[in-house]
Amino acid sequence: MLTQKNYMKLEFPARSVNEGFARAAVAAFAAQLDPTLAEIGDIKTAVSEAVTNAVVHAYPDKLGTVQVRVRILPDERLEIVVKDHGIGIADVARARTPLYTTGGEERSGMGFTIMESFMDTLRVKSVPGRGTTVTMCRRIRRRA
Amino acid sequence: MRIITHDDGRCLTLRLLGELDHAAAQEVMPGIEDAVEEYLPRRCVLDLSGLSFMDSSGIAVILKTDRLLRQTGGALALCGVPRQVRRVLDVAGLTNIVPVLEDRAKECEQC
Repeated sequence: MLTQKNYMKLEFPARSVNEGFARAAVAAFAAQLDPTLAEIGDIKTAVSEAVTNAVVHAYPDKLGTVQVRVRILPDERLEIVVKDHGIGIADVARARTPLYTTGGEERSGMGFTIMESFMDTLRVKSVPGRGTTVTMCRRIRRRA
Repeated sequence: MRIITHDDGRCLTLRLLGELDHAAAQEVMPGIEDAVEEYLPRRCVLDLSGLSFMDSSGIAVILKTDRLLRQTGGALALCGVPRQVRRVLDVAGLTNIVPVLEDRAKECEQC
């Protein structure tokens, strides 16, 4: 089992205004790994996509919460978990297809594609009626 | 999120300032729609140089603006694309749909 070197947890209402807070908080926590500006940009973008998905899709009829957990693992890997207890995704494979969206023309359907492209790994676990957990990792390489 | 509008008679430039995420997209889209409907430009440029962040919500804004321009007989281009924004545009393949003016001053002479 991997031992974490450091971690943090956040919980906030699934409000759009909290998307910026979440990505800024994760970026500030990740700064201790001395990432490049490009790496920070990728992490902020991936977090923004995951949190926005929860805000837009998880709670159509109520205001629920979103949890963000971040761990720094011993091999300088950043693990980010974005979790909601909303309606879940019936077909995760379909939801991960580029351009697929149920959010109308306000959404581009590129969220999961961007998370996949900007992070080293992406795992999406969802149970309809119980919620969705997005886990993504990115190794921050040490600079010489 | 702010929009600065500039119309020189040939080209409508909309400069976006701030972070373009889902929350900001909801704010900014009515302003873009109003400007396009008011000026009905033949050529419109979204100047992204004032963006400090953009996620896929910005892609939806750009695609919607492009659709609006096409419906009104105009064409959309982008300029001043910051590096983080460029990464998002490239992953989405958006630069194959909406042209990016790398040398805005020179290319705008052809507007």
